Amino acid sequence: MSEFLQFFLTGVTTGAIYGLIALGFNVLYNATDLINFAQGEWVMLGGLGFYTLSVALGWPLVAAFAIAVVLVAVLGLCLERIALRPVKKPEPITLIIITVGASIFLRGVAMRLWGKDPYSVPALTASVKPVRVLGAALMPQSLWILGIVVALMTGLHLFAKRTLSGKAMEACAIHRHAAWILGIPSERMVLLAFGLSAALGAVGGVIIAPITMCSYDMGTMLGLKGFCAAMLGGLGSHWGAALGGVVLGVLESLGVGYFSSGIKDAIAFLVLLIILMVRPSGLLGASAVKRF
Amino acid sequence: MGFEKRLWSTAALAVGVVAVGFWVHNPYTLQLLIVIGIHTLLALGLNMLMGYAGQISLGHAAFFGLGAYGTGILTTHFQWSPLAALPVVLGAACLVGYLIGRPVLRLSGYYLAMGTLGLGIIAHVIFREWDTYTGGASGLVGIPPLALGFITVELGRSGFYTVWATVVLFLVLCARVVDSRVGWALRALGDSEGGAAASGIHTAHFKAVMFSFSALMAALAGYLYAHLLGFISPSSFDFLMSIRMVTMVVIGGMASIWGSLLGASVITLLPEWLHVFCDYEMMVYGLILMVVMIFLPQGLTRGVLDAVQRARSRAHQL
Repeated sequence: MSEFLQFFLTGVTTGAIYGLIALGFNVLYNATDLINFAQGEWVMLGGLGFYTLSVALGWPLVAAFAIAVVLVAVLGLCLERIALRPVKKPEPITLIIITVGASIFLRGVAMRLWGKDPYSVPALTASVKPVRVLGAALMPQSLWILGIVVALMTGLHLFAKRTLSGKAMEACAIHRHAAWILGIPSERMVLLAFGLSAALGAVGGVIIAPITMCSYDMGTMLGLKGFCAAMLGGLGSHWGAALGGVVLGVLESLGVGYFSSGIKDAIAFLVLLIILMVRPSGLLGASAVKRF
Repeated sequence: MGFEKRLWSTAALAVGVVAVGFWVHNPYTLQLLIVIGIHTLLALGLNMLMGYAGQISLGHAAFFGLGAYGTGILTTHFQWSPLAALPVVLGAACLVGYLIGRPVLRLSGYYLAMGTLGLGIIAHVIFREWDTYTGGASGLVGIPPLALGFITVELGRSGFYTVWATVVLFLVLCARVVDSRVGWALRALGDSEGGAAASGIHTAHFKAVMFSFSALMAALAGYLYAHLLGFISPSSFDFLMSIRMVTMVVIGGMASIWGSLLGASVITLLPEWLHVFCDYEMMVYGLILMVVMIFLPQGLTRGVLDAVQRARSRAHQL
């Protein structure tokens, strides 16, 4: 029982990260109908940036955390301005190739800057002993992860429903041109969505780094799993992203625990394929194309 | 392109291939040309899928690896002759391509790209982890060379002729397909899937057939690669290889048969020309993909031709 609980808790922790990455996909998808294949790269840059600021430069953790996230968000804005805005005919295949190009480019830059070795990053609270829950150990970092993810989810929900900018963004998501006619600066909303989704990715990178170590090539897999989580929950649905992330994380953890660690990455893909075939709208997504 | 013009360009290529094979003695150059030929096969197959049918695949290295590992495992572990392995490998690629293509290609755009990306990663995981057969991360060694009767095909002139004869054959075949009714159906599909379906094209079937055809070409390239090099390792069939293939298609120009040849040549020669390339490989590919898609979405071939045409009409006006 405690073994199962251990796998379950581990799964929930990594699942929260997948959920956070899925949230990043969602924020952008809702505002622009775009899937950013460089989403995993924001995670990688967040983690490595946090490493450089906190370990290499010795900044306090909170400052390093904040600055790393801000820097990645700025990169997100640059991506929109430099690579996506100038496209004349924004067809999916063109945009896919551009964001894939951006992801490869960012990975190449990271490899030059940080090399190929993985780095270990300190936990947010280092010296605290693991918490015991019915015989299973829960690392303090896991609590941090869960807390931060829940806080971000709540914040994002309040932002979307209670603030003017949030409502404006939602309006843009429903119909960009109509929103523009009503006087909503839709271009700025798209930029905001890019910055926000990059920042969410970076937070994911910073909080996962102490568990997995971080390296220049961690992004692809995390991005793919974040996408799986988003699909599983229903692309565009924020609560779906969280649910999808946790379900995927737990399935993966149980698979690794009871079968073998070799199949870990296959699980996410199988889940993705099954979801794509059986219920493309995901668990919480509306069954029709309409998202709201 | 008219039939006659196409006949001439194919004949010119064939003559060129024979002439190059006759004149080039340097083993290094021959090896480079062999790699270009293999890459052309890969780019051509992917271009049929991406350029004409408008379906993206970010995991095509999976089929390249299927061809290479398929024949590698059959010939080393089960002592099959390479010729006996050929139909099995190609058949398997077709079948896998169709079986995977049929459900996966129901998706479109982003979903399809993610699905194929995942497929490529899973294939790479299998090549790396299933070490009893694939040799794991250190790779599979001792793959026998291809024996055709009394000739052994190796890296060198025999390999060069074999690879390039295959390339010419498939260039002709693809040109025929593109000009046929199937080709028109494909282009309709690439332009507007709904429109194609409304005009009576069985889109799901066509897409899956095209997917399995391009899988077959990739597997054939893998087959040649495995037998010519005699050694394969999972790193040759990873995500970056899939990206390299997409880059070749994008550079050469989507929906351009001859562009595949150009794209494959550029992407193969680039690292040879730039000595520092190795460290910057990913950055360069990423930049190429972004810049070409932003400024020349039709690829280099079309972009250059258009520029020439514009210059010409401007000169005409003056």
